[in-house]
Amino acid sequence: MDWLNKNWELVIGLSGVHIGLSILPVVVGLAVALPLGWVAFRYKKIGRFLVPASGLLYTIPSLPLFIALPIILGTSILDPTNLIVGLTIYAVALLVRQIVDALGSVNHAVRQASVAMGYSPWQRFWQVDLPLAGPVLLSGLRVVSVSTVSLVSIGSVIGVTSLGYLFLNGFKRGIPEEVLVGVIATVIIAFIFDGVLVLLGRLLMPWARKAQS
Amino acid sequence: MIEFRSVSKRYESDALAVNNISLTIAPRAVTVLVGPSGCGKTTLLRMINRMVEPTSGQVLIDDVDVATRNPVQLRRSIGYVMQNSGLMPHRTVLDNVTTVPVLQGVSRKVAQAHGLELLATVGLDAALAKRYPSQLSGGQQQRVGVARGLAADPNILLMDEPFGAVDPIVRRELQGELSRIQSVLAKTIVFVTHDIDEAFLLGDQVVILREGGHVAQQGTPAELLANPVDDFVADFIGRGDESKHLSITERDGTRLVVDARGRVAGILAAEDGHGLAQ
Repeated sequence: MDWLNKNWELVIGLSGVHIGLSILPVVVGLAVALPLGWVAFRYKKIGRFLVPASGLLYTIPSLPLFIALPIILGTSILDPTNLIVGLTIYAVALLVRQIVDALGSVNHAVRQASVAMGYSPWQRFWQVDLPLAGPVLLSGLRVVSVSTVSLVSIGSVIGVTSLGYLFLNGFKRGIPEEVLVGVIATVIIAFIFDGVLVLLGRLLMPWARKAQS
Repeated sequence: MIEFRSVSKRYESDALAVNNISLTIAPRAVTVLVGPSGCGKTTLLRMINRMVEPTSGQVLIDDVDVATRNPVQLRRSIGYVMQNSGLMPHRTVLDNVTTVPVLQGVSRKVAQAHGLELLATVGLDAALAKRYPSQLSGGQQQRVGVARGLAADPNILLMDEPFGAVDPIVRRELQGELSRIQSVLAKTIVFVTHDIDEAFLLGDQVVILREGGHVAQQGTPAELLANPVDDFVADFIGRGDESKHLSITERDGTRLVVDARGRVAGILAAEDGHGLAQ
């Protein structure tokens, strides 16, 4: 506990940075994946191409991606934008398929009923399809949030500071406690993200739990 | 009045689901479309609110071709009740009932007050208003479906096998309830079923459809039973069915109605009108 006692301010600071870097890719990833997923679901011909193509994005190795992005985006090599864009790409890769599945999970009879009631297509998406796709979408979002929190650590290798700094520094200086603190802090943040998502799900989808009971 | 003029429907490259049907549906009465599966009855029903577009022909409501109307506005003006209720699982019972008025821009407060009245109309306790559909029994869900169909006070109510998925006792109850509601509200109801007994029970007019999307015969239940045009109709309405051949027999002073196999179908109503009729 010696190292932690002397450096807890650093750990707290890095945790804050880590959280900040993790939120944006999840939010932006969802915002980008939502229309793509809808298009892929609505137009099956496009979907047959779009879903595998987005999935392929996830196979791009992270380090080369983070190095290539400054060249593509014209940003400086140390710019956190590179990390955020890279992680957003991974989030989109995971979420497009998940959104297609989530929309597909909506009961056909309910969708038919919403047409018969006179929902316009726009109203139907926001008031029927999206809320009912919520539970499946949420489970995908939980995977993405945890994976993003852990991937943010890699940013330290390309000079974007996060809790990953503690692994690198701890290894370099031979302080196992520092490495361990980095790991535990990352895990705690991942749990917090997951908890927040679950809580949001309960608040926004009270019907999903009552349906089970 | 709803009028079908030489209406046909072909789904992609399949055979015709509806084949050149011309049909007039009387206002303020229950017209039942009945037939075996694949006879095009649901397709025909869904042409009225443009959920299905005819391949050829026209559908008119009060002499206006529905094809000229905005489909979303048209659907809001027509009630729709479907099998398995089709309720929104993420909205409470009351929110489900008030769906269409709220879509039409009625204030939530006004719509909810009216929605609570409708729950009473369909025989549901107001305590159910805040529940979710999954917390209700199948019969209760179906009642909510009927209330939702009536919420915007439409002239026309389309019912697509609304009682098909509930057990026989509840179905009986719901059929009785619908008759009662109809005797008060007098809507133009188009009702789809594959159950001929239900058709005869509820229909002022019954349209029997046959496979390939043809009208086999149309008439009142009495007309159909008395004069089926062909073997298909006779067969479908069960004229050859022994349970439909009734005679009167007296047992212990009570006059019973029995079928051809001697099974009791009911009690003959006493002439003073106090007996039970089935």
